[in-house]
Amino acid sequence: MSELSVKHLLGIKYINEKDIQLIFETADHFKEIINRPIKKVPSLRDITIANLFFENSTRTRLSFELAEKRLSADVVNFSAASSSVKKGETLIDTANNILAMKVDMIVMRHPNPGAGVFLSKHIDASIVNAGDGAHEHPTQALLDSYSIRERLGDVAGKKVVIVGDILHSRVALSNIYALKLQGAEVMVCGPKTLIPKYIGELGVTIETDLKKALQWCDVANMLRVQNERMDISYFPSTREYSQQYGVTKQLLTSLNKEIVIMHPGPINRGVEITSEVADSKQAIILDQVENGVAIRMAVMYLLASKIK
Amino acid sequence: MSRKVLLNGKEIDIILHRLACQLIENHDAFENTVLIGLQPRGVFVAERLKQILINDYGISDLKMGFLDITFFRDDFRRSDKTLEANKTTIDFVVEEKRVVFIDDVLYTGRSIRAALTAIQSFGRPLEVELLTLIDRRFSRHLPIQPNYRGRQVDAINKERVEVSWGENSAEDAVYLIN
Repeated sequence: MSELSVKHLLGIKYINEKDIQLIFETADHFKEIINRPIKKVPSLRDITIANLFFENSTRTRLSFELAEKRLSADVVNFSAASSSVKKGETLIDTANNILAMKVDMIVMRHPNPGAGVFLSKHIDASIVNAGDGAHEHPTQALLDSYSIRERLGDVAGKKVVIVGDILHSRVALSNIYALKLQGAEVMVCGPKTLIPKYIGELGVTIETDLKKALQWCDVANMLRVQNERMDISYFPSTREYSQQYGVTKQLLTSLNKEIVIMHPGPINRGVEITSEVADSKQAIILDQVENGVAIRMAVMYLLASKIK
Repeated sequence: MSRKVLLNGKEIDIILHRLACQLIENHDAFENTVLIGLQPRGVFVAERLKQILINDYGISDLKMGFLDITFFRDDFRRSDKTLEANKTTIDFVVEEKRVVFIDDVLYTGRSIRAALTAIQSFGRPLEVELLTLIDRRFSRHLPIQPNYRGRQVDAINKERVEVSWGENSAEDAVYLIN
């Protein structure tokens, strides 16, 4: 086994296919470990990790924290809502203050794209990007690909459609990079207002008809409409959006094949997918959550092994 | 680099049969005993012993698993390379079971220390024993000794003991490499 080509995980853009395979192989071992009666290993017992969340998160934060604790790392949590950021402290000052307490790794979510890259240039700790604005969310893309690999055997050659709010989605961008690296075919589908103008340059096809997209794909990754990032109206109403781009049981049964349904969460039931679909056997939404812990353990284990 | 044969295929086979008999002496029909091959190389010894116990001594109900100790090692971040993990396959709990660890070479004892911690993820064993094909004397870093040993070897630290198996090389043999 080799090692990661990077010191930080700032985005899928910065890693290569070998890194992805190494993370997956390592995650296989951690997945076995988190299904043991005792789900903990002592690997990172001398590593301290700070979770800096400048933006709200439930799932990702819990998943990272659980992964850190299962690796026996010491964990400190920080959320912007209850911190000195509100008092006017800069990002570097906040991070340096935390580093002065001898922290080895920082897991950061930030509303500004590029916050992780910026931080990595100024401080001496491994940085894991847990989402930076509408830019990247690398661990989500890794766990999505890992879940596809687990369900379908391989990612290469598979047809994956990402449906919904592509414009505001860091999950979409990281997924496109990750899927293309592994040799999958990628399509984006959604209302034209929510598809970035130059997305075609990333080598993806664009489709505005959901049924055609589902008919084409092996896997559909349904994204949430990110109302919190919308300062103008991108579609007439939620009702109309769900009629045009919501996946229903009827729509799935009208296809002549069975496709895999994914969702990074949180789900708006009845908007992008109905409850019936979300709870069906075709949906691997809870597998994604379980795999998230294994993937994050793998990422932090591999990055920590580069801290000397 | 010089290579000296410590044990040939026939000698290994005789030793494995003796070790199998010693196991039977202490564990009867293996009702409450589980064999755990330590990844990566202990697996070969464990597989051979299992075949001998089943085919030559008629032990029918033998539970065996493989334990990987990578994430429990004490040298994480101390070597340049990322430690390579192997697959753990233990599809039973070891609670109140008599566990026998099986490995090829006992050297510093650090792997066994890691294995003793790792096995506890699968329950609290009644007892743990250690079987090794080769026991390198005078090289222990920890107070760990085997319960069953194939052959004791005196080797100085820069020498290496290598066990090769017909499954992945030309023949069964144990070499001392200088």
